[in-house]
Amino acid sequence: MAYENPDGIRIGLEIHVQLNKLKTKMFCGCSTDYHNAAPNTHTCPICLGLPGTLPVLNKKAVEAAIKVGLALEGEIAEETQFHRKNYFYPDLPKGFQVTQFDFPIVGKGKVVIEGEDGEHVVGITRAHMEEDPGKLVHIGSIEKSKGVLIDYNRSGMSLIETVTEPDMRSPKEARRFLDKFRNILEYLDVFDGNLEGAMRVDANVSVYWGTRVEIKNISSHKGVERALLYEIMRQKNVIRRGGKILLETRHFDEGRGVTISMRTKEEAEDYRYFREPDLMPMRVTSWIPAIKETLPELPDAKRARFMEQYGITDMHAKSLTSKIMLADFYEGVCATGMDPKTAATWTADVFLGELNYRDLAISSYDGMTIGFIHAKDPEIENSFKVPDMIELVTLFAEGKVSDRTAVEVIRAILDGTEEKTPSQIIEEKGLFKAEDDLVTRAVAETIAENAAAVQDYLGGAEKSLNFLVGQVMKKTKGTADAKTARELIVKELKG
Amino acid sequence: MITKEDVEHIGWLARIEINEQETVEYMEKLNSVLEYFGQLDELQTEDVAPTYHVAEIYNVFREDVVEECLPQETVLANTENKQDGAFRVPKIG
Repeated sequence: MAYENPDGIRIGLEIHVQLNKLKTKMFCGCSTDYHNAAPNTHTCPICLGLPGTLPVLNKKAVEAAIKVGLALEGEIAEETQFHRKNYFYPDLPKGFQVTQFDFPIVGKGKVVIEGEDGEHVVGITRAHMEEDPGKLVHIGSIEKSKGVLIDYNRSGMSLIETVTEPDMRSPKEARRFLDKFRNILEYLDVFDGNLEGAMRVDANVSVYWGTRVEIKNISSHKGVERALLYEIMRQKNVIRRGGKILLETRHFDEGRGVTISMRTKEEAEDYRYFREPDLMPMRVTSWIPAIKETLPELPDAKRARFMEQYGITDMHAKSLTSKIMLADFYEGVCATGMDPKTAATWTADVFLGELNYRDLAISSYDGMTIGFIHAKDPEIENSFKVPDMIELVTLFAEGKVSDRTAVEVIRAILDGTEEKTPSQIIEEKGLFKAEDDLVTRAVAETIAENAAAVQDYLGGAEKSLNFLVGQVMKKTKGTADAKTARELIVKELKG
Repeated sequence: MITKEDVEHIGWLARIEINEQETVEYMEKLNSVLEYFGQLDELQTEDVAPTYHVAEIYNVFREDVVEECLPQETVLANTENKQDGAFRVPKIG
């Protein structure tokens, strides 16, 4: 059934993505590897905007933009060029930002997401290239700021800004679009979403097909969804009270979960765009065939192939292809000959579930080891190896450990600080499934040691049986099968 | 025609303070420049593609190769307004 969108919600997004996989900045040879560096150590006269310098465009940045354009099924412009966007703010040392205006490199495209009523097409208006400004740090809080510190390490990083049509009809669809978009970029290997400031989103939203409000600079997908939920509620309340929605820009306060008015559009920006005379126009459509050759299999294609090739469910295929490194890890496990369905269950349901529970984001995969870092604290990192998954699932398949134990081992590896194989962990914790005679001995001991409970049970108190089973489980450290233990006790006592 | 209000607006955009007398002066000067360029309107340009760049050069790129950056001391050498390796500026907005 088609989604009716009862509140007439329209959401459009503008997404800034940093091409942080490039080695150098957009217009100079400064390294992009500044994330743990001291301020102003990754700059040069060009990205500091000193007079008399001449920017020269990074060829790889253009290639990346074309890749993104192709993946979004966008038109690549025959001729494209840069403009200067003029405004005064100290994050821009030149007094203008080099960006693209009426000749963006990527024109109309689309992304298919899972919408409120099945597949839903979100139109891409355009995507263009621009440079990132520097980073400002307020001394004290923003309201009581005593001054601002500027670090130009980020200044001049290559950005791609993608603008969508207002085609999303709920905050959930906006979130799904962002997840899909990020996933595509990671497949293209142009972007590492785990780095600080890698993706920033502005969201436009209106209700009842009315005036739109822009929410600026939201830094996480969850943040976008929360900001939109709040803003939709606010707009509906304003209208219910007979008020009018103003065309304005608002800021999302992550901590309080509210949007705050920044400025109304009456004092409209006047950026005085004009051609950037220091940069030559580009004609790069001849590159397209060669770049197409390098395009990887994209998420939708991989998902379809996984279902076909491995015979797994759509749910599993979708989950496994939601991160390219997870998809590669899964294929690494399957390549050893493990049953793909079993591998899918353990990778998509258990392993990924445990990662999400811990807020761990997958950050690397080298064909053997999958690495992850904590989403909020990159200091916390850990890894998991293909052979460990194989060993663990094999032990489970052979009946040597219970499924609970296998899950426990995965947890131990994720939480552990030392490198250990599943067998080592199982042995250390004494979690190998108990041998039958061990259980028999535990049952005998339990009966001997708990005369009172035995009497109660024989006297008709069923609850006491549970207690006795519990004692057996305790003696075997949980390795006994509870059902077997129960049967053995009953057999022992009632014959 | 450029009005006094236009001049004031341009002054604000450039963050330049302009007094009453200067406003009138700049208005006259800007209008005379525009008038001069207005002569171009006499030409028939309907079938001429716009020129975006006078040099007909396309595709100037550099390879993605890291070069040395400036040391922090050099970057900050020309300012007294610094703190913890950063430029320090007054509170904004």
